[in-house]
Amino acid sequence: MSFFARFAQNRGALIGLIILLLIIVMAILAPLLFPESPWRMVQRPFLPPLSQDGYLLGTDTMGRNVAAGLMHGAWVSLLIGLVSTSVALLIGVPLGAIAGYYGGLIDDVLMRFTEFFQTIPNFALAIVLVAIMQPSITSIVLAIALVSWPPVARLVRAEFMSLRHREYVEAARLVGQTNSTIILRQILPNTLSPIIVLASLMVATAILLESALSFLGLGDPNVMSWGYMIGAARTVIRQAWWLSFFPGVAILLTVLALNLVGEGLDDALNPKLSRER
Amino acid sequence: MRTPLALAISAAALAFSSAALADDPKQGGTVNTIIQPEPPGLVLGMVQNAPTRTVAGNIYEGLLRYTTDLEPMPQLAESWDVSDDGRTYTFHLREDVTWHDGEPFTADDVVFSADVFHRELNPSARAVLQHVESIEATDDHTVVFTLTDPFGPFLISFEAGTFTMVPEHLYADTDFRNNEHNDHPIGTGPFKFANWERGTVIELVKNDDYYEDGLPYLDGVNWHIIPDGGSRAVAFENGTIDVLPSGTVENFDIPRLSAMDNVCMTEEGHEYFSPFAMLWMNNREGPTADKRFRQAVMYAMDREFAKDVLWNGLGNVPLSAFGSNARFQHDGLEPYDHNPERARELLAEMDYNGEEITILPLPYGETWTRWAEAVQQNLREVGINVSTQATDVGGWNQRLGDWDYDLAFTYLYQYGDPALGISRTYLSDNIAKGSPWNNVEGYENERVDELFNEAATAFPDEEREALYSEVQEILHEDVPVGWLMELGFPTLFRCDVQNLVTSGVGVNDGFKDAWLDR
Repeated sequence: MSFFARFAQNRGALIGLIILLLIIVMAILAPLLFPESPWRMVQRPFLPPLSQDGYLLGTDTMGRNVAAGLMHGAWVSLLIGLVSTSVALLIGVPLGAIAGYYGGLIDDVLMRFTEFFQTIPNFALAIVLVAIMQPSITSIVLAIALVSWPPVARLVRAEFMSLRHREYVEAARLVGQTNSTIILRQILPNTLSPIIVLASLMVATAILLESALSFLGLGDPNVMSWGYMIGAARTVIRQAWWLSFFPGVAILLTVLALNLVGEGLDDALNPKLSRER
Repeated sequence: MRTPLALAISAAALAFSSAALADDPKQGGTVNTIIQPEPPGLVLGMVQNAPTRTVAGNIYEGLLRYTTDLEPMPQLAESWDVSDDGRTYTFHLREDVTWHDGEPFTADDVVFSADVFHRELNPSARAVLQHVESIEATDDHTVVFTLTDPFGPFLISFEAGTFTMVPEHLYADTDFRNNEHNDHPIGTGPFKFANWERGTVIELVKNDDYYEDGLPYLDGVNWHIIPDGGSRAVAFENGTIDVLPSGTVENFDIPRLSAMDNVCMTEEGHEYFSPFAMLWMNNREGPTADKRFRQAVMYAMDREFAKDVLWNGLGNVPLSAFGSNARFQHDGLEPYDHNPERARELLAEMDYNGEEITILPLPYGETWTRWAEAVQQNLREVGINVSTQATDVGGWNQRLGDWDYDLAFTYLYQYGDPALGISRTYLSDNIAKGSPWNNVEGYENERVDELFNEAATAFPDEEREALYSEVQEILHEDVPVGWLMELGFPTLFRCDVQNLVTSGVGVNDGFKDAWLDR
């Protein structure tokens, strides 16, 4: 059975994938459909959805087009999710690999270091980091990456520990391959499937984290993101429900889609573990 | 020779209060209102915070009160004369005034308060007192102030929050800050301090021996302390609270609350402070150092939009560097209307090369954040490459104090006279690193310095007016800072609270005349 067939067997995953593709299309089309800045004040403030042609989702507290904000925000949210996850992987995978492969003192040191990060609540640490570095896209991506790498390191270490005494690794060692070659060429490829599954879930978490930071006013003030839209709308929620509703639904759907896709990938990559349906 | 000015003004003020009396006020009732945040103490002059002024302005009094046009009204002084050279002010005090502990109020209390108490404790009074040569009690009910120069804003400095009368018999020769009476303030005002339950409520009760017949009408005023803005709005909605002084609920709640049945709103009663929102522009470096760039910023901003959308249409867009509530506003200048075309021309003329500039918003809540977003968008639309730096209050203070900014939001009180609230922003000897409240933009113009200094002590008012008109013309052309808005600070109240705002400081001394139509 092909990889995609296995993936598609999980109907939820298929739906998730479709939603995710739609959101990616939204992000790509944003500059085409709304070539003007989403910050532009284009109409009367507080237009309800569907009340005026061209303003499908209404306008916000300052007369900015909610639909434009939502589409441009898709781009920002996806970008932050992907980049911060990649950075987190770049930190977590090498640390976990080295710790798991070498074991002993190196493992102890690296794991104590990881635990140091794990004991601080994620969100609190992210707030502190962004506040110190001044809110900007870079600092937010960095902060999210810095709080989300420990689970990656843990996972990769566990995988490496279970794989390092396998026969093919012993064989590689016998033919004289260097440690780095063994790590990169022999073991790492075999740990990829759990990493991919974890990564897809991390993208979802990163999007949520960015939204929460923006909601608290710690977003990049120059970027229209979904979290910002909800944060700015919070104060008028009793007058204008649609300002928080649409970006809220967008975040919900994106995160749900990513989780479904993650589950589907898990099934597809680990067919033996997949549940009976 | 003495001027009959005082008599004319007392007559006007009498007419003013008898108009109010025509409504046939009812006696009795207690008003519940809000004080936010909780004041650190209630002895005016010793504590200058806004909430202290608001509560204690009803316990203590000054020699004068001011109408909403900032004309002086009699209070503890029933009349006053100004000498022809503008250097001698004689105040005739009421003879029937007693302190809340029964002691009579005399000219000695005035001399003590001004010359000893405020000189030691009160920086804003000190700024005025440096123009005062001597203060003398010529008899029990007459006080003469002799000035070193004819300081223009002298007569507007007697507001209760600035020049409070404190009782000499309780404070003379004591350690003011540790005086046992600080916990139970004794004033001459219409209300007496009754009780302060920390974190909950400050209760004032009627002063039965008040010197004005029939006043006050109310039995008491309870100032509730509710730390959360949402809870304050709810307390007003469900009727627990009768009066919301300005600034006690969030801006965005105001349209909803004011639309409720039986709720009235007034914009009057803040004229004395009249906060003026401005955009600091760094005159030292970067594109903002070029006059044409600063003019372009003025043309690019849609200030009417900000007023209507962000401030619910309250307040006004200023005509010049002087607000409408400071005196001597020049209304003949060509206004900086929203004119993106003109802004683009100016930028083209100076060969603006797209160098990036930053905006520092005022970290005082949502309205200010939205405002910075609107200005940023306005500037982008005329081709200015601009981004926003998010910051907290500490960072904002520090950046302005270090002159590390391009554009920054702020607002300043005007205190009813250009010499008190406006000149400080433009005088070059007011340039000093470390403070976000002085000449932060770094504007230096000798002629402007000369004009401001001359105008502060010119006499009479026509002289001042001519000097101030010239200075406004120069400032209007140079645009040292961006003039955004004179902010409106509305007071919300149940419509059956009558006659609440009768002076230029609003509820700060307004409960004296208020009555409940219940």
